[in-house]
Amino acid sequence: MSELLRRYGLMLTLAFMTLTALWLLVLVILPYIYLFEASFRLYLPIDDVGGPKDIYTIQNYITFFVTPIHRWVFGLTIFYSSVVTIISFIIAYPLAYYLSKVASGKMLPTLFLLLMIPMWVSEVLRSFSWFIILSLKGPLNYALLGMGLISEPIRWISGFQSVIIGLVYTYVLFMLFPLYNAIQSLDTNQIEAAQDLGSPWWRTHWRVILPHAKPGIASGSVMVFMLAAGSILVPSLLGSTTSRWFTEIIQQWMFESQDWNTGSAYAFLLLLLCTLFVSVVMRIFRVSLSDIAR
Amino acid sequence: MSAAVELDRVSADFGSFRAVDKVSVTIGAGEFFSFLGPSGCGKTTILRMVSGFISPTEGHIRIGGENMDGIRPNKRPTVLIFQNLALFPLMPVWENVSFSLEVRGVDKATRRARAEELLRIVDLPGSGDKMISQLSGGQKQRVAIARALAVEPKVMLLDEPLSALDLKLRQHMRAELRAIQKRTNVTFIYITHDQGEALAMSDRVAVMSHGRLQQVATPEEIYNHPSNGFVASFVGENNIFEGRIEADEGGSSVFTTPAGAFRAVRGDGVTRETSSRLYVRPEHAKLLNEAPSHGNSIPVDVTDIAFEGNFINIQTIAPNGQYLVVELRNDGSVSLPERGAKRHFTFDAERAVILAEETQASHRP
Repeated sequence: MSELLRRYGLMLTLAFMTLTALWLLVLVILPYIYLFEASFRLYLPIDDVGGPKDIYTIQNYITFFVTPIHRWVFGLTIFYSSVVTIISFIIAYPLAYYLSKVASGKMLPTLFLLLMIPMWVSEVLRSFSWFIILSLKGPLNYALLGMGLISEPIRWISGFQSVIIGLVYTYVLFMLFPLYNAIQSLDTNQIEAAQDLGSPWWRTHWRVILPHAKPGIASGSVMVFMLAAGSILVPSLLGSTTSRWFTEIIQQWMFESQDWNTGSAYAFLLLLLCTLFVSVVMRIFRVSLSDIAR
Repeated sequence: MSAAVELDRVSADFGSFRAVDKVSVTIGAGEFFSFLGPSGCGKTTILRMVSGFISPTEGHIRIGGENMDGIRPNKRPTVLIFQNLALFPLMPVWENVSFSLEVRGVDKATRRARAEELLRIVDLPGSGDKMISQLSGGQKQRVAIARALAVEPKVMLLDEPLSALDLKLRQHMRAELRAIQKRTNVTFIYITHDQGEALAMSDRVAVMSHGRLQQVATPEEIYNHPSNGFVASFVGENNIFEGRIEADEGGSSVFTTPAGAFRAVRGDGVTRETSSRLYVRPEHAKLLNEAPSHGNSIPVDVTDIAFEGNFINIQTIAPNGQYLVVELRNDGSVSLPERGAKRHFTFDAERAVILAEETQASHRP
């Protein structure tokens, strides 16, 4: 703070601070408060707003619990977000290990660049490209057929398949970087010591590297899970007729039914229930918040 | 004494840099063997080649008579104690100690019992359930040794494991390590840049410089009869005179230096053609009030006196500007000269040795 003052003077510092505060207030805090308040009010015809029927109630929240299809979609969203998290981990762990312990220092900048380049393209475009790649007569099927690996084109965009592929692709880096940081902080001597004591590679990973990387796994998983569960773009662009994501229901409430009240209630429920789910999973794996912050 | 470890013309290159150059040495079973040298001399590379983390560029390593080419660290009968110990901080002490047994699939009860047994050997009974972070430096050291002993290795490799400890603990652990080695009769290969450690603990010492062996001998031999100038100046202190051999008379030679001509013995392989220097250890020199009638003598002025407790270092300066040091044992009866006093720096011809520079092109067997 005093450093800021010294560097930029009183006026400029005040200007920065005010702008940041305004930005936070107007774009983050106020909308949340508005939605939170709205979620406890009924969706009424315009004439009744402010009238005797306009009362605070938890009816909107109850709607979720008494609508089996919405509960089912929520369950599917949690389940497939977990699947996305696990697949991201399976892909990111070997890569993180390679980047932090095997790759030479000279190669690292290039490798990181290769990982980052796709992120320069907007999520919408990337999801559309996957739509093209995965389509029935798309390049993926063409390549697989050409290599003789399959004899019939596979219908990739069916069920949750394409949504999972899209979400893993979009969020795998959020798993990779925490893992990379965690594994990198492990003293290489520990890995060598385990080998020297006779440990085969899988046991070294199981007993030495994975336990050390646990905080990274936890923070990566929380991020990927929450992002996946809250994603609207990928499920709507890559979803099939049989895949339904909870965020799509929120979108329907808000934009198709114009019922912002129930929509906000569902949005807060998503946040609340996902947080609950994550806390329970963290408890099961004996990870605490302070581990993640480490 | 059968051979535990044989290095057969072993070399290691890192790119164009040769870290270890044609090192051949045979280390006997049950021996406490040290590689001594300054940092960058290749000693750690040798250790990592024996443990299998690096493959030699040339040559072969045999352990217990078996060629180790292509055998991975986890399949070698060696165990390495890392400089930073590399204990597993997320496991309790007993799991650390019995990790190698876990690897072999030994059941938990047996592992637990064996860990306790090993902790007793290293004098840490009952600490099995502690976490590594709860231990002191010396205790961590012991856990590392216990963990290594659990492997029942033929050869234990130690990479300066005492360097992080304070002086008192270091001296204590020296004796402890030596005792554990004698008790278990495991071959120890010890890496250090600390000559005191190497001399005090080892059966034999290999002095290394620039990837080459300079001398392999017992500590007494290394100190009393260094094979070349590098060994002489790396192990212990010396007054070093530049110059050349002027004449040979009987068993000794006359060596002329800017400070005068002195009689001295010639080291192995030193001829009048080799570039060489004269080495006199401070404890072998004397300061006399009067110039002796014969023998090596230089008139000097006393410039400084350092009182170290059990001995006293007296620094003097010769007429040609060279500093010369005399070390006196403090037996309680020494009378110290004043600073600025005029004295005569003398030494016996048998105690002064002419040595060549360090071995560059070839090694000693």
